[in-house]
Amino acid sequence: MRHGKYRFIVGFLALPLGLYALFVVWPFIQSVYYSFTDWTGLSPDFKMVGFDNYERMLDDGIFWKSLRHSLLFALVLPVVTLALALFFAFMINVGGRRRKGGPAISGVRGSAFYKIVYFFPQVLSIAIVSLLFAFAYNPDSGAINSLLRGIGLDGVQPLWLGDPDLALWCVMAVLVWSTVGFFVVLFSAGMASIPAELYEAALLDGANRATTFFRVTLPLLWDTVQSGWVYLGILALGAESFAVVQIMTTGPGGPDYSTTVMVLYVYQKAFRDGQAAYATTIGVALLVVTLAFAAIVMRLGRRERLEF
Amino acid sequence: MGSTAHHRAEGVGRRDLIKRSAALGLIATPGMGLLSACASSGGDGQDKAEQGKKTAKNPLGVNDTAGLEFVLFDGGFGKEYAEDAVKIYEHDFPKAKVRFAATQKIQSTLQPRFNQGTPPDLIDNSGAEQMDMGVLVGKNQLADLTALLDAPSYDDPRKKVRDTLRPGIVEMGQFDGDPVWILYYAYTVYGVWYSQKALDSLDAAYPETWDDMLALCAKAKKRGIAGWTYAGKYPYYIPFSLYPMIGKVGGREVLDAIDNLEPNAWKHPAVKACFEAYYELYKKGYILQGTPGLDHIQSQTAWAKGKALFLPNGSWVENESANVIPPDFGLAVSAPSGLDASDKLPFGTIWASGGEPFIVPAKAKNAEGGMEQLRIMLSEASSKNFTAKVKSLTAFNGGTSGITLTPGLKSGVAALEKAGSNVVNPRLQDWYVQLQKEKIGVSGLGEMMAGRLTPAEAIKKIQSFADEAAKDSSIKHYKHQ
Repeated sequence: MRHGKYRFIVGFLALPLGLYALFVVWPFIQSVYYSFTDWTGLSPDFKMVGFDNYERMLDDGIFWKSLRHSLLFALVLPVVTLALALFFAFMINVGGRRRKGGPAISGVRGSAFYKIVYFFPQVLSIAIVSLLFAFAYNPDSGAINSLLRGIGLDGVQPLWLGDPDLALWCVMAVLVWSTVGFFVVLFSAGMASIPAELYEAALLDGANRATTFFRVTLPLLWDTVQSGWVYLGILALGAESFAVVQIMTTGPGGPDYSTTVMVLYVYQKAFRDGQAAYATTIGVALLVVTLAFAAIVMRLGRRERLEF
Repeated sequence: MGSTAHHRAEGVGRRDLIKRSAALGLIATPGMGLLSACASSGGDGQDKAEQGKKTAKNPLGVNDTAGLEFVLFDGGFGKEYAEDAVKIYEHDFPKAKVRFAATQKIQSTLQPRFNQGTPPDLIDNSGAEQMDMGVLVGKNQLADLTALLDAPSYDDPRKKVRDTLRPGIVEMGQFDGDPVWILYYAYTVYGVWYSQKALDSLDAAYPETWDDMLALCAKAKKRGIAGWTYAGKYPYYIPFSLYPMIGKVGGREVLDAIDNLEPNAWKHPAVKACFEAYYELYKKGYILQGTPGLDHIQSQTAWAKGKALFLPNGSWVENESANVIPPDFGLAVSAPSGLDASDKLPFGTIWASGGEPFIVPAKAKNAEGGMEQLRIMLSEASSKNFTAKVKSLTAFNGGTSGITLTPGLKSGVAALEKAGSNVVNPRLQDWYVQLQKEKIGVSGLGEMMAGRLTPAEAIKKIQSFADEAAKDSSIKHYKHQ
């Protein structure tokens, strides 16, 4: 029986694993190989240069800046987004005041409406979101500064994306705004599957909202939160952070390298500067960072699952 | 098969399977896009078309049955002008099959083909996805266009093509030594763009010295108009007026030294004086509020609305901002103001150079055909067609008589006439893209104009960027001839 089971699994997995090997694993091996060459990306000739690219990377100030920003992204983005999403989802599903004759557990008034509103940014592509926010952040006639002027704060007219101290946070805020809705919906679905009796029991015992959240909701939702964490980490290290930085920021990557991230640097080196080999070297560094992130999340998240 | 914790003893449970595959997926995703498109395979593509017979009508010896493949950057100039030129080629070589394609994605469509050794015959390598010219040249991917330049021109068999071009075009196509790798087809005038109407309402003419510039800005400020604005998010627009000013104040040698990455080139007194002049615009509050956060379109729009008088830009601005520039704006361009009468070059010294770089790949199947197509485009009729359709000059010297010029274009032609031989052509932006845009532009000039660096600090920072670039063995270095 055991034997048959493996054959069964292999039968199902052969095709996807084959595709995976061809389109994912093989490019990985290739890019590691290219990182030891001087390939420009614009001609088929190149030669091996040993560890030159790696030595150069360790001396490259811009690389270290981009690494720092990417790590900050991978740390701050999940924490803020998940915290906000959990809060919103809890308020929508569980946090409401008890109404006479209604169910014991319900969301705040108008929760169905909020659920849709929060999800709304998710239907827009990240490119459109970035463009919209680039307009909103326009210090001269953008929505935010116009609003500040409108309420009489004429003296407070930040440069937003033009200010090296603010730019990175502006970019992160956009990512939080555009992703939080998805997790609100995800967590709402998770909360809906928590049996109401658990909440009722907690209420009978006199638990308030905070206690209910931390003692009932969060532990039962832990698996969902963990997958959300992984998903957001990918987002923060990968394509989404590239899109917002590339579309919105000064330069892009500025002002004065204050928003550059690893994926952007890979792109610039490969496709602007014609240094594809060096770009793959940074790509390999990105791979190491991502592996480390995955390992940490998997280890920290290991918990015995509660059965209910 | 196991589905919950009780069955763990049985081996791979569903949950473990999912977890493990999720972990794998997490590892894989970021790297996926990286290199899946690139492969070092590919042949040499040595099946070149046989040369045709050279005749008076066919001086390049184009094989009249060979196909031609032409890829155009479909940007601000559109594709109509090239389609018209392709029609002429098809008329001249009725047996040849022309494949014409226009795209904005030059690098993503063509980079793999260069890597495979099967590039098209003629490329307009332009736009955001431009392939790095220095690398293409350094890796011997381009054909020498000298044959084209020495061929008789399309209109007049007694004149060589090279003698029909505007100043600087041939030099710009050279990197080191004699071969000419690139033919820039459009001709761009850089400078300070303004509204004649706005200056008239201030009873002012364009200021020729910096004192006059500051006085005019002060006058404008009293009326609530800013003196200057620029593409704050892309501060590498500032050099369009700053570099020719440096050239005017200190002479061409200063700009050449900068391009050559010579030690201490940026510490020249002329550079310092010009940086200080620009910094004064910031210090006196003559820069439009919020400019460092504006992109090029936003700054051009604010300027077109009359919020600021002056804008460093190139001649494409007339086309790019056509929908926001009012009809009575009186769009004009001027060479940059100098410091005072002691400047090395006279007022009128301007930056003008080629745009829209056309290249013929070394491994093209029909390189002669690609060059012939360029020869057709450099005829007077094709040049006029381009100018009339897209409001820009071409590399062909002339071609403006008999067609109505738009205000900006007319002013550009006048500025070129006034400049005469005092046309400067700084090369940092095509030789060292990263240095020019990201380092000097964003981290140097951008920071200074936002008031976060003093001129002395900016110069120090830029000089160290230039020194790094000079020492960097991963980039190819060039020198003015």
